[in-house]
Amino acid sequence: MQIEVIVNLKKIKMEVDANEFLADTLRKYGILSVRKGCDTTCCGLCTVWIDDKPTLSCTTLSFRANGRKITTIEGVHKEANEFAQILVAEGAEQCGFCSPGFIMTVLAMKNELTNPTEETIVHYLTGNLCRCTGYMGQLRAIKTYLGVL
Amino acid sequence: MFTLLNLVQPDTIEAAYKALVEKRNNIVLGGCAFLRMGSQRIGTAVDLSRLNLNYIVEQNEYVEVGATTTFRDIETNPLLNRYFNGVLPEALSQIIGIQFRNTVMIGATVYSKYGFSDLLTALLALDTEIELYKGGRMSLKSFLENSFEKDILTRIFIKKNERKANYQHLRNSCSDYPILNVAVSKLNDQWKIVVGARPQRAIIVQKASEEVANLELNSKNIDRVATMASNEITFGTNMRGTADYRKSICKVLVKRAIMEVLQCK
Ligand SMILES: Cc1cc2nc3c(=O)[nH]c(=O)nc-3n(C[C@H](O)[C@H](O)[C@H](O)COP(=O)(O)OP(=O)(O)OC[C@H]3O[C@@H](n4cnc5c(N)ncnc54)[C@H](O)[C@@H]3O)c2cc1C
Ligand code: FES
Ligand code: FES
Repeated sequence: MQIEVIVNLKKIKMEVDANEFLADTLRKYGILSVRKGCDTTCCGLCTVWIDDKPTLSCTTLSFRANGRKITTIEGVHKEANEFAQILVAEGAEQCGFCSPGFIMTVLAMKNELTNPTEETIVHYLTGNLCRCTGYMGQLRAIKTYLGVL
Repeated sequence: MFTLLNLVQPDTIEAAYKALVEKRNNIVLGGCAFLRMGSQRIGTAVDLSRLNLNYIVEQNEYVEVGATTTFRDIETNPLLNRYFNGVLPEALSQIIGIQFRNTVMIGATVYSKYGFSDLLTALLALDTEIELYKGGRMSLKSFLENSFEKDILTRIFIKKNERKANYQHLRNSCSDYPILNVAVSKLNDQWKIVVGARPQRAIIVQKASEEVANLELNSKNIDRVATMASNEITFGTNMRGTADYRKSICKVLVKRAIMEVLQCK
């Protein structure tokens, strides 16, 4: 079936199967920043925004995106870059595989929360798993980015 | 991964129901998180997005929640944060992550009667009713205790009263499934102690709930009621914990929840 979606502010017509999930559709249409890291809905790597809400694209059937606004990291280049620089300065840069989903969650948090505590930040990020480093450097970077040191 | 042969997006609930019951392997789509874990071959999938069931509204006597409302909408809703000491947002807040809670839906969870559910335990401690399109409106308790023909859950009604409530849970780690969960609520002298993830479905612990009302609630008596609660119901063993372990922590969680409710304003 055909759906029409606004991806990163551009209207795109997409041909999708009823079975198809948004992560796969987006990749099929060349948006390769979207990745999947699990089969169990728990790692957050596939996070994109649907109508500005961070959502699991591995679990959202593509047809449900019809008429809606999808944002991936390609659509928030400036903000993502700004945050990435802070991450690097903390020595906490992440692997290329998980960082798009992680950064989309951090940027969503910046839009959604005002003056969060450390506890609120950690709670917001619980759905993003990292299999290889740790979380402390990232937490420092996020606090700097949000200005809540 | 499931296979979907056909998809319909009905404009009316009547049409949705008709499509659902047409064939045995037709189903309703929720947020798909659970469906996705299985390998079901689905005939027709019925999508409810055109039925405008994604809302939380305050009415005279109830807060009404539509079936396709997401967990995150409930978690961040100002009304539900204000009523019942925010017990519903609290119960949902540990489930996986924000992105997940923006995806999964209340109707799917309640209809599926999951034993491990965090939400059902909290909802059962409140005065909650549900509506099935065909089966009609009934208390959540009656829905959980009985079986019904294949149906669509359309709305949930939570009675607006002065119930004070608290939610407790134990997990091996954040965002894992609960090993046990407990919700306790109090309206005037009427208490409800609910235990879930036993790992069986949540139930109201009847005798202990009546007993709390009769006691002067000092530390010793709360201990007694908590022990009574854990003796009154049965527990099971699964990969997350043994029946004995659950029984032991039940006492602790019930005690904590009662003490919290006593502090509630
Ligand atoms: C990895 C993982 C971890 C989880 N951890 C927890 C946890 O810790 N605590 C917890 O409480 N829950 C947990 N859950 C369950 C989760 O919260 C949801 O309840 C579950 O995913 C179902 O919601 P859904 O919207 O994804 O439904 P779906 O997967 O789409 O549907 C589930 C079932 O409900 C049926 N259905 C959907 N909507 C309706 C309706 N309106 N009327 C009738 N039938 C309907 C579907 O046909 C299907 O059979 C977990 C789920 C997953 C996948
Ligand atoms: S790929 Fe892991 S949650 Fe989507
Ligand atoms: S840095 Fe990417 S998974 Fe850990």
